[in-house]
Amino acid sequence: MENTINLSLLDGVLSEYAEVKGSLITILQHTQEIYGYLPKEAIELISEKTGIATSDIMGVGTFYTQFRFEPVGKYLIMLCQGTACHVNSSELILQTIQDELGIDDGQTTEDGLFSLKCVACLGCCSLSPVMMINEDTYGSLTPDKTKKILKELREAAL
Amino acid sequence: MRIVIGQGSCGIAAGAEKVRKALLNVDVRCDISITGCIGMCYLEPIVDIYDDNNTLTRLVKVSETDAQAIADYVNNGDKSAVEKLIVTEEDSQFLTKQTRIALRNCGIINPEEITAYTATGGYDALKKALGMTPEEVIDIIKVSGLAGRGGAGFPTWFKWNAARQSAGEEKYLICNADEGDPGAFMDRAVIESDPHNLIEGMLIGAYAIGAKHAVVYVRAEYPLAIKRLKNAILQATEAGIIGENIFGSNFSCDFMIKAGAGAFVCGEETALIESLEGHRGMPRLKPPFPAQSGFWRKPSNINNVETFANVAWIINNGGEAFAAMGTEGSKGTKVFAVTGKVKRSGLVEIPMGKTLRDVIFDIGGGMKTDKPFKAVQMGGPSGGCIPADLIDTVIDYKALGATGAIMGSGGMVVMDESTCMVGMAKFFLDFTAKESCGKCIHCRIGTKRMLEMLERITNGDGKEGDIELLEELCYSEYEAHIHDKKCPAGECSALIEYTINADKCRGCTLCARNCPVGAITGTVKNPHVIDTDKCIKCGKCYSVCRFDAVVKA
Ligand SMILES: Cc1cc2nc3c(=O)[nH]c(=O)nc-3n(C[C@H](O)[C@H](O)[C@H](O)COP(=O)(O)O)c2cc1C
Ligand code: FES
Repeated sequence: MENTINLSLLDGVLSEYAEVKGSLITILQHTQEIYGYLPKEAIELISEKTGIATSDIMGVGTFYTQFRFEPVGKYLIMLCQGTACHVNSSELILQTIQDELGIDDGQTTEDGLFSLKCVACLGCCSLSPVMMINEDTYGSLTPDKTKKILKELREAAL
Repeated sequence: MRIVIGQGSCGIAAGAEKVRKALLNVDVRCDISITGCIGMCYLEPIVDIYDDNNTLTRLVKVSETDAQAIADYVNNGDKSAVEKLIVTEEDSQFLTKQTRIALRNCGIINPEEITAYTATGGYDALKKALGMTPEEVIDIIKVSGLAGRGGAGFPTWFKWNAARQSAGEEKYLICNADEGDPGAFMDRAVIESDPHNLIEGMLIGAYAIGAKHAVVYVRAEYPLAIKRLKNAILQATEAGIIGENIFGSNFSCDFMIKAGAGAFVCGEETALIESLEGHRGMPRLKPPFPAQSGFWRKPSNINNVETFANVAWIINNGGEAFAAMGTEGSKGTKVFAVTGKVKRSGLVEIPMGKTLRDVIFDIGGGMKTDKPFKAVQMGGPSGGCIPADLIDTVIDYKALGATGAIMGSGGMVVMDESTCMVGMAKFFLDFTAKESCGKCIHCRIGTKRMLEMLERITNGDGKEGDIELLEELCYSEYEAHIHDKKCPAGECSALIEYTINADKCRGCTLCARNCPVGAITGTVKNPHVIDTDKCIKCGKCYSVCRFDAVVKA
């Protein structure tokens, strides 16, 4: 999955925001939308265009949980571990995902299909326990329902 | 007839979009549109059918396989196939027992159409406010008794007034939509379901403080809220409601959305400002308060989404109407996101002064399990758990504070006997340890050490002496809070006391003139005195004194 980074994809974002003060987080968000993570080459280019030192960019990037520095899988599972989900046994769902995929929080499966990230609340607490996979939210999860969802996604990707 | 499908995030997660698509695929001879979050989240997906007299038939827990049955009902009036989906009388009471102000349009109007909002009298309050002086607007808010819904409950008029009085041409009005407390989703629901109400409240606030720029800081986990708010801003701009010379007045204001990037601490107002400026979200020392030096060091005012969602109603109906609801110290209504082990989980807006029992049992229907109620978590990581024997506590800032929890922003996570309280403490320590911004050592290291200990305890490896050690780690501070009624960190405003050092006071009267509640007395050139009973601990005197004579302890 080694691919070179096409930095020209950043042209639009940088021409819109590089000169606007206070836009670093916005630029990083757009960058992550494009590449799925923050590649080193992109950070260097952002530094060059905005005049913000790479160390400062890394300081901001590592502070916020949204930002990643490694590519993620085709399906990014955001599993809620907020209070309501905790009370409704989200721990069991975490266990199920770990057993099914063999990955922990922050890891990606070897086939590059799934990444897992635990988050604090997706705002759908009345359907707890909840997870979001890419753009779709799945609620009222049980271990069986979770297995089924993972299986369907794996089949869809084949 | 027309069909309206509830499409807040939770409705969509429950399958509302699939239902809508299925309905579009069968032959339904009426208009199909969407609305936001109705608040009965436990019954999603919900399909509302209005007949030509606007009488509502509400179908709940609808699935895509019900589409044909719904079509038969709409086309031929054949109710038999949908009978089993119609909401029960008992479930309807979940809504009829509520009093909705902030949520008044949620689940009723289409959040993606500005005309749906204006048809309910939307933006009339803004027109009305623009016909008044900013001071008159602030006065109505003062009469209403509206207090900040973000957690601390600070009087809104006072913050507006401070920002108005603050010197400088360039000012900012900021909306805190970070909604960091896990288990809370009131703000998400307001933005997804009634974004124009937020915009209107913010524009009135901007006019009152004299700001030409409005900014909304929305949590990154809320993509639908961001999308609907962007759309609403665009529509309001096209309608001349945002921009230059709004409604032909001298008032101009632009709008900007910034998405957060996932850091709990950014809900704190000064950390939020740091984040808006593109930095790590580390809180700033106060004073100076944002009213003096906020976004780009300009006078700024920050309010929570729900706070703004009440403003247009108050301007339309008068401050007295709002103040007529609630208790002596807490006016109006409050929205709660009720979740966890409760039977009917969703959004509940009720007047202050009701009890926790009213919310959890009368409206929420009690536990969904057969286990008894154990406790309710309120106020997120900054709050606490209120045990079953305090279930009759009145919903009021002071009364809830006295239990050791706080009103908070409105998350209510209900627990039954199956939830471990030590596990709950561990859960929150895990949260705070992960979310610590790292600035202060107590939080950065202390939470980690306590977490390690609780992990041991919950793993069955607890040792004699652990409790004492846990106590020791935070004991002196707790002891100071409990025995001496002092907060060593000067954080817990309930425990701070402001006094005036008579030796340093020159009697310049500046503090007395700035005190919002008239708690400071004294004559020119003589030492002044603070009446600690009247003092609301806003810190204004402390920040204005030029002789360091005000003591904060
Ligand atoms: C750690 C921390 C997190 C906070 N998170 C939020 C939040 O998510 N949303 C919010 O509105 N206020 C939050 N607040 C309160 C804000 O600092 C601020 O008081 C509030 O936004 C002011 O608005 P209000 O007066 O309308 O309540 C938080 C405070 C602290 C100390
Ligand atoms: S706590 Fe899981 S969605 Fe809110």
